[in-house]
Amino acid sequence: MHENLQITAFSLLVAAAGTALILPGGIALGWLLARKTWPGKALVETLVALPLVIPPVATGLILLKLFGRNGIFGAWLSQTFGVDIVFTWKAVVLAAAVMALPLLVRTVRVAFEEVPTRLEHVARTLGSGPWRVFFTVSLPLAARGICAGGVLAFARALGEFGATVMIAGFIPGETVTLSLGIYHHVQLGQDDRALVLLVISAALAFAAVAVSEYLLRRRDRAS
Amino acid sequence: MNLVFDQVQFSAGRFLLEISTSVEGKAIGLFGDSGAGKTSTVELLAGLRRAQTGKILVDDVVLSDASRRYHLAPEKRSLGYVPQDGALFPHLNVLENLRYGRSASPSANPAFKWDALAETLRITPLLERRITALSGGERQRVALARALLTSPRLLLLDEPLSSLDATHTTSILQMLKTIRDELHVPLIYVSHQPEELVALCDHVIVLDRGRITAIGQPSQIFEPCSAFRYRRKSPPSAPST
Repeated sequence: MHENLQITAFSLLVAAAGTALILPGGIALGWLLARKTWPGKALVETLVALPLVIPPVATGLILLKLFGRNGIFGAWLSQTFGVDIVFTWKAVVLAAAVMALPLLVRTVRVAFEEVPTRLEHVARTLGSGPWRVFFTVSLPLAARGICAGGVLAFARALGEFGATVMIAGFIPGETVTLSLGIYHHVQLGQDDRALVLLVISAALAFAAVAVSEYLLRRRDRAS
Repeated sequence: MNLVFDQVQFSAGRFLLEISTSVEGKAIGLFGDSGAGKTSTVELLAGLRRAQTGKILVDDVVLSDASRRYHLAPEKRSLGYVPQDGALFPHLNVLENLRYGRSASPSANPAFKWDALAETLRITPLLERRITALSGGERQRVALARALLTSPRLLLLDEPLSSLDATHTTSILQMLKTIRDELHVPLIYVSHQPEELVALCDHVIVLDRGRITAIGQPSQIFEPCSAFRYRRKSPPSAPST
């Protein structure tokens, strides 16, 4: 029971941290994709969408190569800050963030696209600069869509398995999430323990998707 | 108000908008069919679009000059812009919409007093209402008040009456005359309804697929018959045949 609580709490924390990590960048990127034309836009769109279409273990392998001790980012982080990522809780957060990013960016992009540009134009003529227009018109009007995207990203991060197992491994008390716990118990033939974690996972995912749907429905009604 | 478009060109999607003229008046109308370039012209004036070539001036103030790559930002032009549906912010109530413009413009002219505007445009009973609870006419009155509270040097009105019934049209037209004559705010008024332009404007520019085809007083532009058919004139530079 204690172990299940610990795994559930860890999974929730990891999903929340992963979502929080990508939220500012995801909002900025979603806005840039919705409102601006810039060189390399198509490339960035493709890169952001990649985790949706390639196998999660492949994404995990890419992250392992980039953030391992000999990887570009891993070596820099280790030498500059003395921080190791792989096979720690930080790797779990990283995997959750990367896998959740496409869902967040796509939802945020649509949310900004649905904000009528004429409202932003009128705000400019009323004396507001681009930043004030963003924070007083664009962001509030896209807020429900952004929240829905955040909840979807959180749900995706909560269920992450393939990339996590590649970059974080299975270290009890350190990197074990609900998904990894279920897999581990099944491997050991402990189906009853896996079932408990399954029920917890399903309940959390159901709640997250229900909240997201509620927010999107409210946005549709408002628009 | 003196409005100058000096060799202005702007690619407006389906056609190239090419305007070069100088007009003076208290209320200047832009007339033409849908897709003639009226809204693009207003957006160029408001600074929401950038002309590829040419210069735009209002009362000798340069708003944009493509040759010098100069483009005054929309928030610094002091031009009130009221689009077709008023474009009120749906996440704010009426009072918050009105405050939005005022708070963004610290140098508000005392001539545009809240009380006077509230009375002229009859918006006091609406202040606590949500935007979704307003009728079309009420929306336009609030949008006019919001634009006027920023003390604009002129008002750009893009078909403000197109979605209103006859009663509201008459009422808003009267308010626009008050704004023009008593608040002394010049108007640029876009419409494809000759009746509105005759009632409000002292000069009318006729646009057709991005080009000026006629300029003059409404009585010169529109035939004095009930159908309000307007005479098309050749552009000044066109050779006579």
